[in-house]
Amino acid sequence: MREVAVVSSAIHQVEALTFTTDVQLMIPLVNAVRDAVGITQDDVDFTCSGSSDFLAGQAFSFVHTLDAVGAVPPISESHVEMDGAFALYEAWVKLQTGEADTALVYSYGKSSPGSRRDVLAAQLDPYVVGPLWPDAHSIAALQARVLLDAGLATPEDLAAVAVRSQRNAVGNPNALRSSADVTVDDVLAEAVVADPLRPSDLSAESDGGCAVLLAAGDRARSLCDRPAWITGIDHRIDPQALGLRDLTRAPSAALAAERAGATTGRLDVAELHAASTAQALVLHREFGLGDGVDVDPSGGSLAADTLMAAGLVRIAEVARRISAGDADRGLAHASSGPCLQQNLACVLEGE
Amino acid sequence: MGSLGERTAVLGVGQTEYRATRGDVSVAGLVREAALRALADAECTWADIDAVVIGKAPDFFEGLMMPELFLADALGCAGKPILRVHTAGSVGGSTALVAASLIRSRVHRRVLTLGFEKQSESNATWALSLPQPFSVSINAGAGGYFSPIIRQYMARSGAPELIGCMVAYKDRRHALRNPYAHLHQHDLTFDQVVEAPMLWDPIRFSETCPSSDGACAMVLGDEAAGDASDRPVAWVHGTAMRSEGNNFPGRDEVSPQASRDCAADVFAQAGITNPRAEIDAVEMYVPFSWYEPMWLESLGFAELDQGWRMVEDGSTSLDGGDLPVNCSGGVLSSNPIGASGMIRFAEAALQVRGLAGDHQVDGARRAFGHAYGGGAQYFAMWVVGAEKP
Repeated sequence: MREVAVVSSAIHQVEALTFTTDVQLMIPLVNAVRDAVGITQDDVDFTCSGSSDFLAGQAFSFVHTLDAVGAVPPISESHVEMDGAFALYEAWVKLQTGEADTALVYSYGKSSPGSRRDVLAAQLDPYVVGPLWPDAHSIAALQARVLLDAGLATPEDLAAVAVRSQRNAVGNPNALRSSADVTVDDVLAEAVVADPLRPSDLSAESDGGCAVLLAAGDRARSLCDRPAWITGIDHRIDPQALGLRDLTRAPSAALAAERAGATTGRLDVAELHAASTAQALVLHREFGLGDGVDVDPSGGSLAADTLMAAGLVRIAEVARRISAGDADRGLAHASSGPCLQQNLACVLEGE
Repeated sequence: MGSLGERTAVLGVGQTEYRATRGDVSVAGLVREAALRALADAECTWADIDAVVIGKAPDFFEGLMMPELFLADALGCAGKPILRVHTAGSVGGSTALVAASLIRSRVHRRVLTLGFEKQSESNATWALSLPQPFSVSINAGAGGYFSPIIRQYMARSGAPELIGCMVAYKDRRHALRNPYAHLHQHDLTFDQVVEAPMLWDPIRFSETCPSSDGACAMVLGDEAAGDASDRPVAWVHGTAMRSEGNNFPGRDEVSPQASRDCAADVFAQAGITNPRAEIDAVEMYVPFSWYEPMWLESLGFAELDQGWRMVEDGSTSLDGGDLPVNCSGGVLSSNPIGASGMIRFAEAALQVRGLAGDHQVDGARRAFGHAYGGGAQYFAMWVVGAEKP
């Protein structure tokens, strides 16, 4: 495989971007990742983005967002209707062909104009599940309940994940939910939203975007003092039907992590894309995360969960820690679909 | 920079019948029908497939958000990777190109790629015209958007008024030879095409594409898979994608620079210097009739302002033309939007495999597949050949 690294990244997440268009959101982020390494769009060989028309409320919404990049003269470009982590995967594949040495990846989502928990029901089987309009919190709660009933976690375990996220998120300007002194008892004292999940068990819904610049080989070394090398990346999916799956497991997450090399060798850091504390615990188990791993140092997606960008944000967060010299090897995870149906694992390493 | 890529072959093609309404199947049933036919054509099973790349146009067309999630098991994806591409109208072509990049990069050995649309589930003009808080909608649909650009072409080139009707009549005649085509207008006359109601002047009802349900799939493989195939395969000789902004000073909307750049790139990869002489069959994205002469010029098959002459003298007809265009009937005869680009790519592959049936171009060795989308901003193209590049 060709050496490919993250050489710069930019993140912006807030509670609601009520008066900001997608273009206005993305211009500073796209500029930031190019400026950070001193290149212009002319030096970018491939561009790939991820977003959702359902969030934008507009068909072909990504066409307009291209204005944030400046596709004049024309560029080699693609788009996935997926989290930006999957756009990064497509860009990584493009760099593997040797037809590109640099790639700009970005993604964004504004879910605040609608009710996210209801909108996500449109992802479900439209014939036998969708018409019941089960909301995303209720589905997350089903998974948490199965986990508790199987004796694989206690309510205290769930609360401890929430506490870790909120404490880690202190000082992260892109986190919505943080607290230096929150305790397990504080979380357990919250009223349940969807039994057994409490507000702190559910990811904090944010609007925002993320941009990442990739470069191959010596080009990466020339652009960045300490590139975050992608030494493994893989993604897998499970069937969606909840009744066909053991919801205490996420086989596609385990498989992706194994194929990305995350299950062998030391990990200093892991950033998880979980919509609930219960999902975070499922992922801990699938990835075999031990005590030595700093999990969700940014607070993870529980602290700020931007639909279509939260997975790419995880990659950016791990890459930053590697480029800063705070970690040598880390796992970034992205997911999509109900109950961790689809999962991507990306292992990043410093040189 | 420079391709280090694995040679890529089209091992199999599968299409559903294109119809106004495929009420007999679910969305899952529709995509599975095309996928199974592609697997059969490639003499593969689900177990041979390493990954799936699926594409479709806006999710509002069915009212399903990221439908690839619930389609994963219908497409045999349990435990496998699936990517969902969306690049406006060019998506079917772009999807095939992402799948090809998975082979070229040697990440995978066999990839199933599929485009679909089930337009009968919703209303495309509604889906394309949702009101937006920060902009004024022209509520014109695609025809209203493109008609002024066609007018510009007519004024610039001096093309006679009925060139568009000639394209529409030709493509509908071609469609009679394609059993999968949506429109089979056996008794259609040229006069009927001309006399059809004007929808968006100068685009008549007869010069616009239908709304279709349907899916198209291909199995792509690496060099070893192509060599091992007992059936004829199509080798990929070049692939290119380009995008440009919708609005900027000096933009040539009739022949966008992204279109010209994309064509120059793909022909250079294929070693083609004279596209008209070296390409035997063209499957081009023509949702409105006039786009045939416009793209002939933009892609380099005709000189500037001369593309309409190729229509007028029958050069693009399957019956005696030297550059048959849209032998399948094209988008004008079948338009499941998310699949329409992939159908172009797949039909090009069928031509060089010699498997195009009644609409086969005799002895086709190299064929060109093309798709575009957005406000003529997104382009995806490939050249395929009977010989290994």
